[in-house]
Amino acid sequence: MSEEILQVHNLRVEYYTSKGTLPAVNNVDFSLRAGERFGLVGESGSGKSTLILAILRLIQLPGRIAAGEILLDGVDLAKLSLDEMRRKRLAEIALIPQGAMDSLNPVVRIRDQFKLIMRAHDDSLSKAAITERIAELLKWVGLDNHVADLYPHELSGGMKQRVCIAMAIALRPKVILADEPTSALDVIVQRRVMETLANVQERLGATVLLVGHDMGLMAQFVDRLGVMYGGKLVEVGPVRELFKDPLHPYTQLLIQSLPSLEIQSEFQGVPGLPFSLTDPPSGCQFHPRCPRKMDHCSVLAPQLQEVRPGHWVSCHLY
Amino acid sequence: MNVGALARRLGLFVVVIWAAASFNFIVPRLAPGRDPIQQRLGQMAAQGGYQQQGIDAMVKAYQARFGLDQPLWKQYLSYLGDIARLDFGTSIALFPTKVSDLIIHALPWTIGLLLMSTLLAFTIGTLLGALMAWPRSPRLFQYLVAPLMTLSAVPYYLLGLILVYVFGVIVKVFPISGGYSTGAVPNLSMAFAWDIVKHSILPALSIVLAGVGFWAMGMRAMMVTVEGEGYMLLADAHGLKPRTIFFQYGMRNAILPQFTALALSLGYIVSGSILVEVIFTYPGIGSVLYRAISGADFFVIYGVVFMIVVAIGLATLLIDLVYPLLDPRITYERT
Repeated sequence: MSEEILQVHNLRVEYYTSKGTLPAVNNVDFSLRAGERFGLVGESGSGKSTLILAILRLIQLPGRIAAGEILLDGVDLAKLSLDEMRRKRLAEIALIPQGAMDSLNPVVRIRDQFKLIMRAHDDSLSKAAITERIAELLKWVGLDNHVADLYPHELSGGMKQRVCIAMAIALRPKVILADEPTSALDVIVQRRVMETLANVQERLGATVLLVGHDMGLMAQFVDRLGVMYGGKLVEVGPVRELFKDPLHPYTQLLIQSLPSLEIQSEFQGVPGLPFSLTDPPSGCQFHPRCPRKMDHCSVLAPQLQEVRPGHWVSCHLY
Repeated sequence: MNVGALARRLGLFVVVIWAAASFNFIVPRLAPGRDPIQQRLGQMAAQGGYQQQGIDAMVKAYQARFGLDQPLWKQYLSYLGDIARLDFGTSIALFPTKVSDLIIHALPWTIGLLLMSTLLAFTIGTLLGALMAWPRSPRLFQYLVAPLMTLSAVPYYLLGLILVYVFGVIVKVFPISGGYSTGAVPNLSMAFAWDIVKHSILPALSIVLAGVGFWAMGMRAMMVTVEGEGYMLLADAHGLKPRTIFFQYGMRNAILPQFTALALSLGYIVSGSILVEVIFTYPGIGSVLYRAISGADFFVIYGVVFMIVVAIGLATLLIDLVYPLLDPRITYERT
């Protein structure tokens, strides 16, 4: 097994609200191996995006990282000073944002935005070196070099997202965090964006953490998959195994709800609604919606444990 | 910007000026029974005790002299011709001083005072507003919100009165009236320049103080909106320095509506902050307009109002021409 590049231990992110402190990410524990593609799925509000922002230390008040370690190549990001953290961003760990529509500065040309982010990490870069690097990066993501001289509003959604990918890999980071990079794009553009991401990942040998709720996309792209529910990781395993033989009842329902071309049947989903963080259920957070609920589920919270080699689940059934 | 769009925009400017000029011509003539010459002579007669029939003859003579006996369309054409030459006729109260001379003498005072104080208020206010909305600013700026909001709600002339009382009556540090000391002869010496600066401090301060609050509130609201944009988060995720994010991502985007407001307020500069000029008896356009209105000096009022229209027209023309340079999303290309 290759070395673990990113380890998240007992990470807890809290938001202060008038109704008390809400744990948006609740004791999450996982690690990424160098070069792998790891997926995180979950309903809206399950804490996926918050987790990504927490890894980058971008949680803004009224939220904060309450506890836990984020080890990037052995260095705990949670303990770095603000400026040390700033230098790590993009250089070692980069973000591909959700909704590229408003992710680029609307009044600055693409070329100058590249310049700004490169100079922020290395003042000594010459103009020629930057120009050359921009051309190379745009080529990598399949964009023409003249795109550099355009403004963001002159690009299509897919082009913007590919510019964002090019920016994310500008300094060859070890880890790329992609937060629903294809949301708001049509399927054809989605596919091209994902191909682009796969390409640059292979070239760089970077590790990718892909967050989303599109199970089909995950099945095609990632090696391992984690499932989040209510701020907790409920199941982690190799993606094929997880699809063929999901262990957690929530994962089972998610996979059953995928529409199939062969069998046309009633539209399926997970019964019930996600709980409110202000009033979490006792015991296992999923028990009010769980079809295989047992008596002690409402009392005792299950722990994430390895029930098969590399396959972890947090459920009393196992 | 292409030539066609430029021509269209300039054409619009000319149309606006023409419409304003025509309006200026028509409105006073719609008022029933308001013959300015009759009125003026009537007043003079009342003071001097003249007989009525003599006055009628004088009115006729004056009407012929001012061209008021001509048919309306002829009056209109000669009026437009005069306007084009910036000839607004003569003041009635200060006959035979030309209206254009009155304006030209007052204009440098007003532009000097108001241009400087407006730009100063804009710069300070915009920067303060941005800093108040910036989460990484020192606490101090948070505490500024309430006082600046109060300041933006206080009319500048009220501030002017308070300043006169504090610095002119309680502690006599600054002169409280005039553009320069009485008896001083305008010249190009340093001493006279300092005299002008000293006289301008209080009126300028009242405008700056009131303006800073206004600009800061506007900028703060825009900056808060901009901070919610995705590019602000991504800028942080890219490890940009906070200073870069503040100026080139935050302020650069939040300031755009401020420029529109600035252009409009630059247009109003010509009208002077009338009340400030009156309070400080500053020799600018505001004082001229104030005296003209209180003395029913129609031609002066027309002249000043027309100047205001031209200034606002010019300012909006300017901002329209400059805006595509500030915001690349705005173009005059036909799509």
